[in-house]
Amino acid sequence: MAITNEREKISRREMLKTSGAATFGAMLVVSGGIVACPRGAWAVQSKALAPESMATLIQMARDIYPHDRLSDQFYVQAVAAHDEKAAGDKDFKRMMEKGVAGLDVAAQGKGAARYVDLGWEADRVAILRNIESSPFFQTVRGGLVTGIYNNQAVWPLFGYEGESASKGGYLNRGFDDIDWV
Amino acid sequence: MAAPYDKNDDSVVVIIGSGAGGGTLGSELAQKGIDTVVLEAGGRHEIPAFSNDEWGMFGQISWLDKRTTSGTWRVASDFSGLPAWIVKAVGGSTVHWAGASLRFQEHEFRVRSEYGNVPGASLLDWPLKLADLEPYYARAEDKMGVTRTNGIPGLPGNNNFKVLKAGADKLGYKNCHTGRMAINSEPRDGRAACQQIGFCFQGCKSGAKWSTLYVEIPKGEATGKLEVRPDSQVLSIEHDAKGRVSGVVYADKDGNQHRQAARAVCVAGNSIESPRLLLNSASSKFPDGLANSSGQVGKNYMRHMTGSVYAVFDKPVNMHRGTTMAGIITDESKNDPSRGFVGGYEMETLSLGLPFMAAFLNPGAWGREFASALDMYNHTAGMWLVGEDMPQESNAITLHPTEKDQYGLPVPNVHFDDHPNDVAMRNHAYRQGSALYEAVGASRTFPTPPYPSTHNLGTNRMSENARDGVVNKFGQTHDIANLFVSDGSQFTTGAAENPTLTIVALAIRQADYIADQMAKKAI
Ligand SMILES: Cc1cc2nc3c(=O)[nH]c(=O)nc-3n(C[C@H](O)[C@H](O)[C@H](O)COP(=O)(O)OP(=O)(O)OC[C@H]3O[C@@H](n4cnc5c(N)ncnc54)[C@H](O)[C@@H]3O)c2cc1C
Ligand code: SF4
Repeated sequence: MAITNEREKISRREMLKTSGAATFGAMLVVSGGIVACPRGAWAVQSKALAPESMATLIQMARDIYPHDRLSDQFYVQAVAAHDEKAAGDKDFKRMMEKGVAGLDVAAQGKGAARYVDLGWEADRVAILRNIESSPFFQTVRGGLVTGIYNNQAVWPLFGYEGESASKGGYLNRGFDDIDWV
Repeated sequence: MAAPYDKNDDSVVVIIGSGAGGGTLGSELAQKGIDTVVLEAGGRHEIPAFSNDEWGMFGQISWLDKRTTSGTWRVASDFSGLPAWIVKAVGGSTVHWAGASLRFQEHEFRVRSEYGNVPGASLLDWPLKLADLEPYYARAEDKMGVTRTNGIPGLPGNNNFKVLKAGADKLGYKNCHTGRMAINSEPRDGRAACQQIGFCFQGCKSGAKWSTLYVEIPKGEATGKLEVRPDSQVLSIEHDAKGRVSGVVYADKDGNQHRQAARAVCVAGNSIESPRLLLNSASSKFPDGLANSSGQVGKNYMRHMTGSVYAVFDKPVNMHRGTTMAGIITDESKNDPSRGFVGGYEMETLSLGLPFMAAFLNPGAWGREFASALDMYNHTAGMWLVGEDMPQESNAITLHPTEKDQYGLPVPNVHFDDHPNDVAMRNHAYRQGSALYEAVGASRTFPTPPYPSTHNLGTNRMSENARDGVVNKFGQTHDIANLFVSDGSQFTTGAAENPTLTIVALAIRQADYIADQMAKKAI
């Protein structure tokens, strides 16, 4: 899996040039196993999973832990581990692909072609609620708990400051600085 | 003789585990001139190896050997393979602990008498009184440098404490302060003062927090009478034809097995491993396991009534800044059955970093309700609720019938059901905790379920009569004179207070007793 967030590498124009580029929910899927943000802010090349499945997993990840302040990039990084694992584990790959297919079937029951085409989060979440005890859902969700929240790059967005010993702790850096109580 | 000791040296006292109980006992014995070998399953990770990284430190030093769970407690479904959060390293769980150091209340040593018969509970009075333990509490507080004792000032209150204190005042609670903490508020005993680093649960980088790893054990080692052997996991305790323990078999880092001879053996592996070891040491002479004539080994497992309340405010809190648990309200720790339950609980500040909050705020939860709570991370305050739970004989550590560990030994199963008294107490505590934060303007509060057990107690309990428990009031097993239990598994009942000060006080007292018994050649 290769993740890039450099606009220059895969520009929107370049992707649209590529034959077979299709919008997939809010994402673009282009040939060569690439899933990309239409604005070109990031792109990811899948290793084992179909790029359409990757796009679905990215949407699913955001629906599970929706943080509007987090760009897709963080969800992409979190599900990348599953693609990585699928590359070396056939059963795992099958579970992921079957899980995604199941989401699409459920979406068709709601009048959309695919899970990612359902416009409202609530409709997608209703589908996830139905499968929340499945190994597929639990695997994806479990991976996100560390995949998202243990990613140091997201911490500042939550106001979590991480390591402090090397800075002398908070003794002189605001351990008791609130004045509103 | 001097450390290191020969494996055939049968004059040494062997201690299994180097945590609050074992590490303290080993150091005390060595300082009395007694040859002591501490066998510790985990490695030796000194302060420079600590990192301010929640999952990193968890992976580095937690006890992650296979365990199973059963029962209706929520931990069994949320963390089925991780019933307890305990450390496997030199220093044991005192590497990760938060430092809250409270004495038990007088009535908590005689709760069977105080509470009467509570259906379903196997309550028993301790075979000792507060007065018996007071001198040892005093020695423990001095040794550990507990704030608000021995003239040591309290720690300064951090942001999380300020919110707690404001709420306590609004609710009319009278006893709220920054705790009795085994954390230096000023330099003491060759260790620095707390820098408010905020990763007490990950190992204190400044050494301000007491731990057997870098406080007790080096003092013992300095006498030349203490050898701490890391990466040495004891698999069984052996006995001679007369039924006295004679040595232990342990596995080293590479899985090679060794035998260490012993004059006496003290078990201090924390309340899951200690009974497991006694059960796994069954022999033709002791078919139900060592020291188990009562059948009580592994029974009456307690984990404290616990829960947390987190609350979100419109303004920032930054609870992660500074000491993790330096804040307490003790008003609810009394026994006041008019609240609908016996026993009491403490309310203590608690903060988790974002990685642990995501895992523990409401395990398994997802969706916008959950995510929006984490969005307010830096506007969140938190408290831990810890109270006395009811011992029940059916809450037990047992050997799994089929699952084996890396040494081929049966893994422990941890069975726990909440007692109705525990549930009533937790609900009361959730209500009070939420009301406290709402009184300071919280916009949302979260009644957070128990984490994997950090307080594990009672599975080799102390009793006056041999038929009711495993050890006597000195932690000496009723059945075998030279076999001792030296950790929290001795607790007859759990009391409302965090257990470690009591574990340390009992270890100091036990060291005096063992020295006395050795001098009298009784063991
Ligand atoms: C995150 C956290 C926070 C805590 N905060 C507090 C607090 O604020 N106040 C408080 O009072 N308590 C607190 N505690 C609890 C406290 O740490 C324990 O009560 C205390 O350390 C228990 O002492 P122990 O001797 O029974 O076991 P431990 O300290 O756990 O030591 C047991 C040792 O035995 C070793 N061992 C086990 N089996 C074997 C074997 N077969 N062979 C060799 N070695 C073995 C283990 O590896 C371990 O090192 C906290 C615990 C945790 C995890
Ligand atoms: S807050 Fe204080 S006690 Fe806790 S880790 Fe930091 S320096 Fe140590």
